[in-house]
Amino acid sequence: MDKQEKRNLIARRVASEFKDGDVVNLGIGMPTLVANFLDSNKQVILQSENGFLGVGPAPEPGQEDPDVVNAGGQPVTILTGGACFDSATSFGIIRGGHVDATVLGTLEVDEEGNLANWMVPGKLVPGMGGAMDLVVGAKKVIIATEHCTKKGEPKILKKCRLPLTATKEVDLIVTELAVIEVTLSGLLLREVAEHSSLEEVQEKTEAELIIPEEVGVLK
Amino acid sequence: MKDVLTPTQAAQKVKDGMAVMVGGFMAVGSPNRVIDALVEEKVKELTLIVNDTGFPDQGVGKMVAADQLQKVIVSHIGTNKITGEKMNNKEIEVELVPQGTLAEQIRAGGSGLGGVLTPTGVGTVVQEGKRVINVDGQDFLLATPLRADVALLKAHKADRAGNLVFRRAARNFNPLMATAAELVIVEVDEILETGSLDPDEVVTPGIFVDYLVRGEVQDNG
Repeated sequence: MDKQEKRNLIARRVASEFKDGDVVNLGIGMPTLVANFLDSNKQVILQSENGFLGVGPAPEPGQEDPDVVNAGGQPVTILTGGACFDSATSFGIIRGGHVDATVLGTLEVDEEGNLANWMVPGKLVPGMGGAMDLVVGAKKVIIATEHCTKKGEPKILKKCRLPLTATKEVDLIVTELAVIEVTLSGLLLREVAEHSSLEEVQEKTEAELIIPEEVGVLK
Repeated sequence: MKDVLTPTQAAQKVKDGMAVMVGGFMAVGSPNRVIDALVEEKVKELTLIVNDTGFPDQGVGKMVAADQLQKVIVSHIGTNKITGEKMNNKEIEVELVPQGTLAEQIRAGGSGLGGVLTPTGVGTVVQEGKRVINVDGQDFLLATPLRADVALLKAHKADRAGNLVFRRAARNFNPLMATAAELVIVEVDEILETGSLDPDEVVTPGIFVDYLVRGEVQDNG
């Protein structure tokens, strides 16, 4: 499976989590891909924290509007029925529990639902942007990430080692190998990819997984 | 009637060592002509309050590259490598603040509040040095108000009374910052006669605005 296939698999699976009428904020990078897989039979309203609801697809080349970009700075469109607002309202929407789900990438996530995705001390300090508010405020926090780091090391840990973005906020982890739910008793394995196995998923996960009797297939 | 300044006249209102708020999100909704003039005027040792430091060649990123800043209070610096380099070399002090907290600190500064309680950052390094206040069993961090000497903003339309209308994602921090600085200078695409804007359409009332500057769109027209 090449990188793009992995990313598409993850994005498609994440997209299936949303219900009709959900307000969703997609983070920068792979989470943005989720928009390509939304079910057209459901109305999912995308929020962009730089100040609007109703994020639409990228415009045709030449049709870009410099004032209509997503939070990653990429040109997008605003769908009919969309609305614009300032940053205080935007984060009021986010912290106030008006966002049903947020999808974010991560550097590390652990069995308590802690996540670390905003800095690597001494190396990379981009800043948290809106991520800390999103994970605290959204009703459901979905992590969309490759299962391991580029070096092949686990990202799903017993305990995060990097500075945290938030504590105990993650609800679901979707990778190219598995779908894992964060529960009070630990990480519950929900689905394993067709091309993977229970053994591979556990081997590539530092935290111990709870294996239920029935494990679904991620495809 | 608000006076209309040239970008240079606007930049000359900003003095060395001032605290300056600049609107914009990844350089969208930034007052680009005023920023260019500020770079030319070589004003220095500024404390900049801004959502992000843009790109090295766009928005406030140009001020970072021109060594005009002593400190930045900001939520994100990842799109401008120069900010990170200067932070690591201790040439700029960078205070990272969650974006929603930054917005509320500015709102508090502009609306007479002593601060805002936010759940964001509890249990993270953001909590360090902050007061934790428990309300009905939940911990919150006290975010104290922010104000500045000058706010340099961007709006789409203004009338001569200074009433402002914004466009799309270019609104972002601009309406908040308009309330939280001693002097507010707004670059606008279009300056209209007073009475051209419906009062219901106005996002930022003119009483918050001191000066207007013509933006690029009108210049080209």
